[in-house]
Amino acid sequence: MILQSITFYILAAVTLGGGLAVISSRNPVHSVLFLITTFFSAAGLFVLLGAEFLAMILVVVYVGAVAVLFLFVVMMLDVDFAALRQGFARYLPIGGMIAGLLTAEMVFVAWSVASHGAAAGSTGPRRSTGDVTNIETIGRALYTDYVYVFQAAGLVLLVAMIGAIVLTLKHRVGVKRQNVAAQVARTPASGMRIVSIVPGEGIDA
Amino acid sequence: MTVGLFHYLAVAAILFTIGVLGIFVNRKNVIVILMSVELILLAVNINLVSFSVYLHDVIGQIFAMFVLTVAAAEAAVGLAILVTFFRNRGDIAVDDASMMRG
Repeated sequence: MILQSITFYILAAVTLGGGLAVISSRNPVHSVLFLITTFFSAAGLFVLLGAEFLAMILVVVYVGAVAVLFLFVVMMLDVDFAALRQGFARYLPIGGMIAGLLTAEMVFVAWSVASHGAAAGSTGPRRSTGDVTNIETIGRALYTDYVYVFQAAGLVLLVAMIGAIVLTLKHRVGVKRQNVAAQVARTPASGMRIVSIVPGEGIDA
Repeated sequence: MTVGLFHYLAVAAILFTIGVLGIFVNRKNVIVILMSVELILLAVNINLVSFSVYLHDVIGQIFAMFVLTVAAAEAAVGLAILVTFFRNRGDIAVDDASMMRG
C-alpha cells in the first residue's frame, strides 16, 4: 500500500511538472518532449488505477502518433518562436489568478464528490479478478452495447484523415502526373502505327 | 496516507487548469495552444477513468477511449490547418488571423 502511494505521488508530480513545462518552455520541441513525458506518466497513473488497456492505448496513440505529428510540424515549419512568446509575461498574472481560482474550485468539488457524492460509498478501486481481465471487460461492453458508437468513432477518424489530406494536398505546376483516364482510354488504333520501311532508307521519325 | 479517488481527481483538476493557463499565456503560439488542448483532454480522461474504476463501471473507460479518438482526429485536422495557414501567411501568429472576417 505504501509502495502504491509513493508510485502515485511520483507519477502525479511528473505528470503535473511535465504539463507545466509544456506550457512554459521556450522551445516548442522541448514542449513536445515534455508532452510525451506527461502522457507516459498519465499512462502510469492508468496502470495504477487498473485500466491497463487504456494506458497502453494512451502510449500508442498519443506518444506514437499525436506527439510525433506535433514534432513533425514543429520541426518542419520555419517559425521564429521567440516572437511568438510576446505577451507571455503580460498574461501571466491574470492567467495565473484565474487558474488558481479554477484549481481551488475544482479541487473543492472533487473533494466533496469523493467524500459525499456518488462515489462516497465506493469500496475502493476495482481490481481484475483473474478470470475477467480489464481488456476483456472493455471488449464485452464495446462490441455489444457500444458497437454503433465504435463504428462512428472509426468514421470520425476516416473523415479526419481525409480532411487532413485534402487540406495539405498541394497541386504543383510543371510536375508530370499520371493520367489514369488517358491511359485507360488508349486503344491499339491510337497507340501504334504501321510503318512500311523502304530498304536502305531507314525511318525518319 | 492512502491514495483514493480524491487524489486522482485533484491531479486531473490541476492538469486541466495547467492546460487552460497554457491557452491564456501562449496566445500567439498556436502549436502550444493545441498541446494545451491535448493536456485538457488528458485531464478529462484521467477523471473518466478514475470514476470508472472507483464506481466499478467500465463505461467510463469506453468513453475515455472515444475522447482519445476525437483528440487524435482533432490534432490531425488542427495541424493540417496550421500547415495550410503557414503556407498562406508564412507565419503562425494566430492573434491577427482575421482573414475570414467579413
